Amino acid sequence: MARTDVGKLSFILLFAPFALWIALLIILPQLGIGYISLREKVGPGEYTFGFSNYVAFLSEPIYWNTLLRTAWMSILVTAMALAVGFPVAYYIAKIAQRRSRAALFLMCLIPLWVSDLVRAFGWIVILRETGLVSSLLQKIGLVSGPVELLYNDATVVMGLVYTVVLFMIVPLVSTLDGMDNSLIEAGYNLGGSRLTVFRRIVVPYAMPGIVAGCIIVFMLTAGSYLTPILLGGKNSMWFTEQIYEQFVTRYNWESGATFGVLLLVFTSFVVWLGLRLTGQSLASTVAKD
Amino acid sequence: MNVAAPQSPFLQWLYRGYMLAFLAYLAAPLFAAGMFAFNDSMFPALPWNGFTLDWFFSSTEPKIGMFHDRRLLRGLENSLYIGVLVSALAVAAGTCNAFLFERKQFPGKNVFYILMIVPLVIPGVILGISILVFASMIANGLEETFGIEWDFLRPGLFLVILGQFSFLTTITSLVIAARLRKFDISLEEAALNLGATRLRVLMTVTLPYLMPALFSAFVVAFLVSFENFNTTLMLVGSDAPLTITMYDRMVKVGSTPVLNAVSFFLMVGSGMLALLSVVVQKKDEPAT
Repeated sequence: MARTDVGKLSFILLFAPFALWIALLIILPQLGIGYISLREKVGPGEYTFGFSNYVAFLSEPIYWNTLLRTAWMSILVTAMALAVGFPVAYYIAKIAQRRSRAALFLMCLIPLWVSDLVRAFGWIVILRETGLVSSLLQKIGLVSGPVELLYNDATVVMGLVYTVVLFMIVPLVSTLDGMDNSLIEAGYNLGGSRLTVFRRIVVPYAMPGIVAGCIIVFMLTAGSYLTPILLGGKNSMWFTEQIYEQFVTRYNWESGATFGVLLLVFTSFVVWLGLRLTGQSLASTVAKD
Repeated sequence: MNVAAPQSPFLQWLYRGYMLAFLAYLAAPLFAAGMFAFNDSMFPALPWNGFTLDWFFSSTEPKIGMFHDRRLLRGLENSLYIGVLVSALAVAAGTCNAFLFERKQFPGKNVFYILMIVPLVIPGVILGISILVFASMIANGLEETFGIEWDFLRPGLFLVILGQFSFLTTITSLVIAARLRKFDISLEEAALNLGATRLRVLMTVTLPYLMPALFSAFVVAFLVSFENFNTTLMLVGSDAPLTITMYDRMVKVGSTPVLNAVSFFLMVGSGMLALLSVVVQKKDEPAT
């Protein structure tokens, strides 16, 4: 009897911090922005409740265009990160020699430990009008005047891929690492071509890693702030920038909260859709390591 | 022969070239950000005017080095303070969570496990605004009903710590739980059979085993806290951490080489910490 009491007590002691953390810092705050988003200020200290903030969002094209733009650019960045990262992950997990493998993996992780701000700043130094690329191009005589390579969509996408590609590589390496080469060999022995073996054996095997990488990358991109602002300039039209502006510049918490809810609902929906389409679960992908 | 590799030499070279190009892409901005910290010029740009350490140590106008720039130092101090505190808290909570999910059976465990992961997939900006809104609601409620003013619920260090804690705890929980899962429970049983109390078993058997994971969870949490921007931006008060101070400087004053110096300092610092955590993990590997 005493033994189960101890078990019960230790369960309560372990569960309490978890419950406090999740309830006070995650669930209640999310309900809080949901509540604020339904509120409309009609006078000092007077509020009515309804969907007017959401209606305002829909009736202002610049708002929902920004959300759509953020969405499609995030999807583009995710696809590009997968395209760029998969060969790298495959090389590290399957081709590199044992010894160089760890070194390569570590080298890929180094930028991960440097803040977004430093990375974006590095790109600014390279790409702006007085930057490295511009002066090099002038020196070798390819262009006559300074060229501005910042503040366009291609640069924003390139910078975002840079920021997130590591989060694609890590889960891919850990799944591909578990794949036995004899699977590939069997595929060839059975007469499969390179493409068939890749499509029918490697990709299905790597699927949990692909899904995990895509989810993390998509969330990070859609929620990113620094890279689009610094590399895209004032006209980058990124949704998190709108949220920040409503909250801090205009002090309009009601509409800022509405935007927040919309971003959360939207990103959750994309993640849910991705998991659904590939038949994975959140626990089996994101929390694998 | 490695069947996984391309067979023709041409393709092999092509593949290697791709890897090199990729590594160059990874290194380029870091290299550029670091390099101009040492250029004797007022702007982080070419031409190269010679090597200098002024952007670190100079104390005279117009080149104030980072170690004489009071606001940057203040930011660094705040970042260290926040980072150490929030990482310690997140490791403590993460250890509890690891034991909860690895050792206990309870109804609804799967749902709670998903809830534990959820903070990782909520965008940082939203975590920031939701905690800001919730804390303000409590603060306003207290003020209106009881006339109490709780200033720590307004933007400032306390909220920054809460905001970072909210998602760092997920990371530390996952790192520590992964190690706890590999623990051979018969070691604990043996110690219990030999007459040790539960507390003693925890202190002398289980926690020492977890130590490398606790350490690397702390390092990861510290680094993520140090470089966090999105959540912090929404919750920051007058005591801004370094990333926010740097961003302010970049937007308001424009880029000067002192920012390169800070970048270089951060790269070296976090690189060394990350390396340390790898070494600790490695040293421990043969034992498991």
